[in-house]
Amino acid sequence: MTVFRFLVNGTPAELNVPGMRRLLDVLREDLGLTGTKEGCGEGECGACSVLLDGQVVDACLVPMAQVDGRIVRTVEGLSLAARERGELDALQETFLQYGAAQCGICTPGMLMAARAYLDDGGGPNHDAIREGIAGNLCRCTGYQKIVEAIAAVASERRS
Amino acid sequence: MPAEPPLDVPTSLVEAYELLASGPRVPIAGGTDLMVRITGEIGATPQRLMDISRLEDLEGISLETGALVLGARTTYSEIRRSVLCLVHLPAMVEAAATIGAVQIQNRGTIGGNLGNASPAGDMLPVLLASDAEIVVGGSRGERTVPADAFFPAYRQTALAPDELILRIRIPLPQGRQLRFRKVGTRRAQAISKVVMCVAWRSHGAASGWSDVRVAVGSMAPTPVRATATEAALEGQRPTPEVADRASDVLADELHPIDDVRSTAVYRRTVAARILHRILRDAGGW
Repeated sequence: MTVFRFLVNGTPAELNVPGMRRLLDVLREDLGLTGTKEGCGEGECGACSVLLDGQVVDACLVPMAQVDGRIVRTVEGLSLAARERGELDALQETFLQYGAAQCGICTPGMLMAARAYLDDGGGPNHDAIREGIAGNLCRCTGYQKIVEAIAAVASERRS
Repeated sequence: MPAEPPLDVPTSLVEAYELLASGPRVPIAGGTDLMVRITGEIGATPQRLMDISRLEDLEGISLETGALVLGARTTYSEIRRSVLCLVHLPAMVEAAATIGAVQIQNRGTIGGNLGNASPAGDMLPVLLASDAEIVVGGSRGERTVPADAFFPAYRQTALAPDELILRIRIPLPQGRQLRFRKVGTRRAQAISKVVMCVAWRSHGAASGWSDVRVAVGSMAPTPVRATATEAALEGQRPTPEVADRASDVLADELHPIDDVRSTAVYRRTVAARILHRILRDAGGW
C-alpha cells in the first residue's frame, strides 16, 4: 500500500491503496464516484473513459501508481464552472436535447471522449467526430444522434 | 475486483536495473495489455510488476545521424503528433492511427507493443520492414537486437529476464519507401486479421528496387518477414507481372491459422491482395 495524492474534479484526494489498483476501482469503490461505468474492463468499450491530465483514457487500464500527482476529471466534474452555477455542461445539455442518450451506460464515457475531442480543437466534421469517439461503444443509439450532438456543440463554439 | 499484484516504482534506470536483477518483474508502461491480464480473463496474471512511467530515459523522439530514435515509452498518440515521424516515417504514423482508438493511443507504447510480442501487434511489421534495432539494457550494459531477431517464438522476446527495452532505432536510408496496411473487423478497436508493411529502396524509374522488405502480422506465431516474397521482388520494378508473381509467392509462403478472428484461407487471400494493391499503387497502373 502506498499513499497517492491527486486531484479529482478539482478536489485533492489522498488514498492509501495498492499501486496496481485500477483507477476505475478507486473512483467507483474508494471515492464513490459511480458516474464512471465499467463495461468490458479490457479497454474495448470506453464506458470508463476519464480525462487524465486532459487526455482521454480508459480508467480500467490505468494503475493508481501512475495517477500520483496528476489531474483526473470524471463525468461528475465535466464542467466545474457549470457545476458551480448548478447547470449541466454544454455537452450534457446538447446530448439531452438531441436524444443522444438511451440506456445511458455509454453516456459518461462518451461525454468524456467528446470533451477531449473538443478540447483538442476538434470541429463539427462528422468523420472526425466518429474517429474521436471510435473507442466508445454504444449499443442503443446507432451513434447518429451522438455525433450530431457533438457537432452541434463544436459549431456553437465556433460561431 | 481484479488482482492487485505488488508493484515497484523505480525513479531511475539504475534502480530499475537493480530491481530486475533481484527477481522477475514485468515492466508496465501504458498498461493496455497488462491491466487486462490482472483481471484474469486473458492469460496469466503477472506475479510482480515494475512501473516504468517515471523513467525519463525511455521518453522522446529524436533524429540521430541517419536514424530516427524513439524511446520505448513513446505512445501512439505521440507518434501521431510527431513531426519527425511524419516527415521521416509516415507509415509509422499511419500504423499508430490504426491501433485501438484515442484512449488506447494515449496510453499504449511502442516498447509495450514489442514486449507484449503479440503476433498481431500492429506496429511490429513496421519495425521489421524498416530494419529497426531494439536497444535493450540491464545491469550488465546495453545491447542491440535487430527487430527480425526479437521474436524467437510465439509470445516470446529476445529479452533476458533482467533486461528492459530502452529505445528503438530506425535507420533512414536514402530513397526508401514504406507502405502500411491493416485489415481488421472495423477501422477502430480491431485486432488485425492481417497487417502488413512493405519497404523498398528505389533508384530512379529505370532501375529495379533494392532492399525489399515484406513484413506481416497475424500470419504466423510471431510477426515475420516473408523472405521468399522479398526475394521475388528484389531487383524488380512493380509491374503487373511482378505483382501477380509476388502475391502468389506470398500466398504460398505463409501458413496462417484459423482462429476466433479469421480463417487461414481468408488471411492468405487478403495478404496476397494487400501486397498486390501496394505494388499496383507503387507502379501507378
